[in-house]
Amino acid sequence: MRQNFRNWPVLLVLFVFSAPLLIMLTFLLVDAFTTKVPGTMFPNGVTLHHFRFLWTDLDNGSWGIWGVTLNTFNFALFTSLAVTAISVTAGYALSRLAFPARGFFLGGLIVLHAFPTVTLIIAIFLILQLLGLYNTLIGVIVVKAALELPFGIWVMKGFYDTVPWEIEMAGVQDGASRFTVWWKLILPQVQPGLLAILIFSFLSGWSEFILPMVLAPGNDAQVLSTYLATMLLDGGTQADFNLFKAVGLFYALPVIIIYLVFQNKLMNIYGGGTKG
Amino acid sequence: MRISIENFTKSFGTTTVIEDMSLEINSGEMLALLGPSGCGKSTTLFAICGIHRMNSGRLLFGERDVTRISSQQRNVGVVFQNYALYPHMNVFDNIAFPLKVRRDSRADIERKVKEIADLVHIGELLHRKPAELSGGQQQRVALARALVREPDILLLDEPLANLDAKLRLEMRSEIRRIQQQTGITAVLVTHDQVEAMSMCDRIAIMDQGKIMQLSSPKEMYEDPSSDFVAGFLGNPPIAFLEGVAAEGGMRLANSEVTLPVPVAINLPDHGAAVRFGIRPEFFQPDNDLKIKGRISFVETQGREELYDVTLENGSVLRSIQSQGGSFKLGDNVNWGIAGDRILAFDAAGNRL
Repeated sequence: MRQNFRNWPVLLVLFVFSAPLLIMLTFLLVDAFTTKVPGTMFPNGVTLHHFRFLWTDLDNGSWGIWGVTLNTFNFALFTSLAVTAISVTAGYALSRLAFPARGFFLGGLIVLHAFPTVTLIIAIFLILQLLGLYNTLIGVIVVKAALELPFGIWVMKGFYDTVPWEIEMAGVQDGASRFTVWWKLILPQVQPGLLAILIFSFLSGWSEFILPMVLAPGNDAQVLSTYLATMLLDGGTQADFNLFKAVGLFYALPVIIIYLVFQNKLMNIYGGGTKG
Repeated sequence: MRISIENFTKSFGTTTVIEDMSLEINSGEMLALLGPSGCGKSTTLFAICGIHRMNSGRLLFGERDVTRISSQQRNVGVVFQNYALYPHMNVFDNIAFPLKVRRDSRADIERKVKEIADLVHIGELLHRKPAELSGGQQQRVALARALVREPDILLLDEPLANLDAKLRLEMRSEIRRIQQQTGITAVLVTHDQVEAMSMCDRIAIMDQGKIMQLSSPKEMYEDPSSDFVAGFLGNPPIAFLEGVAAEGGMRLANSEVTLPVPVAINLPDHGAAVRFGIRPEFFQPDNDLKIKGRISFVETQGREELYDVTLENGSVLRSIQSQGGSFKLGDNVNWGIAGDRILAFDAAGNRL
């Protein structure tokens, strides 16, 4: 194939700009598996010592990496299930049903979508305190799901908007109830959107830091991001950075795997979800 | 099953699309709702199947009042313009969907889907997805799905609009065959007069939410009630001559020529405006009522040739003649109108 411009200048520019990222990732990987003399640049030995957190309890008061990982997994999973379930139904309603104050909800959705949610954190703190959900995983899940919803609903509405009306009318004429039509005929058409929301909100939950830190600082509800943070804070000047990087690698691994497996599905969100 | 629409009114917001319309469709008949876009024909169709609720009026299927009954309980099959096949299901599941919703037994579903698939000639395609079918095949699937649960009424919304010319011809006779074979009452919505005339027992021609005329295709073509109807039916279309009523006939506008009027036509008072409608097949070289003009356009259609003849006063008549005439663009001709086939209309467009 003849190309109408050269590749290498583009590649060079891209390389220069992504070099810092690349270097950081390389050192994350290298440092996690090697030892070196402080102050030197290059490692002098290979070790798995930094991964000791996987099989021994670190003496920092939390209940071990596996408990924290389970917490993180639960947090991400239930957040994404809640977000998906609500987005899929709310998106349909906003796209198809003429209910009162529909315009208000649509407008509100856009505002919330662009809202700097951190500013709400004190109010949320008070509400959770009142409900007795402060310092529990459920509390953080509820808050995280609520904050993810505007995005999810908006994307799902976009997907529903692309499904022709006639399919719905045909289903109704075929004798199916509105619910059957939605479940059997419409939902399969928006499946790519559903999957994308599921994965995106899972990843977003997996990497959430602020909410668990502020709303569930206790050890019982600790997740990997706060676990990492306490490692830094507790260690002070003595912090073991190689251990920190090993935990970081462990923490990032699922994200990378999910991205690799589902990257095509995730791209769908830009294909179908942009119609207002 | 007989359909009666009584005093049907429909408005969207403040625009009234249809006002006080009544229409009776006989059992087993295929009726066309014909009209230009925006005339309310699709609105009427969607009111019959229950997608649009009627603002006022009554709708009866047989003796049963279905005005307030939901779409699901009306037992109406609909074929949509874009077919609305379910893209994630194969042909079998598409056709079986109405039966599955009704919870028929699996053996019944198998049998009925097979039967209807054979009727519409898609027996070999049952395992394909809609995306793997041609337009004509999709159309057949849509028909099969609409017919499979033996509805009382079949509604077709511009069913041929998305097909190419050759398939359109084929599906036209196919739909008619299937309708006659099943004996179902059918309503066809179309803006194409050829479809309406060739497929249907009767045509209801609509304009601006009103039914202008309701009769059989032949009757409507030969005996239109208004100039709108006359102009809508026929291809190539009818040509109109403007003029005023005068002694002995109609004097053409801007001209001294007076055309005599057939005895059957009662002209209004002298000086009142009248229009003559003359179909292309009744303006031929051999007819008796001669009129002079110049050929201003020639279109070769294969079997026939179409001529536009511009008269001395500037108005245009069309003539369609079988191949072989040696007329050329720019020729001065003196052709004749078949005097007894002239359609005359008054200033408001009503037939005289």
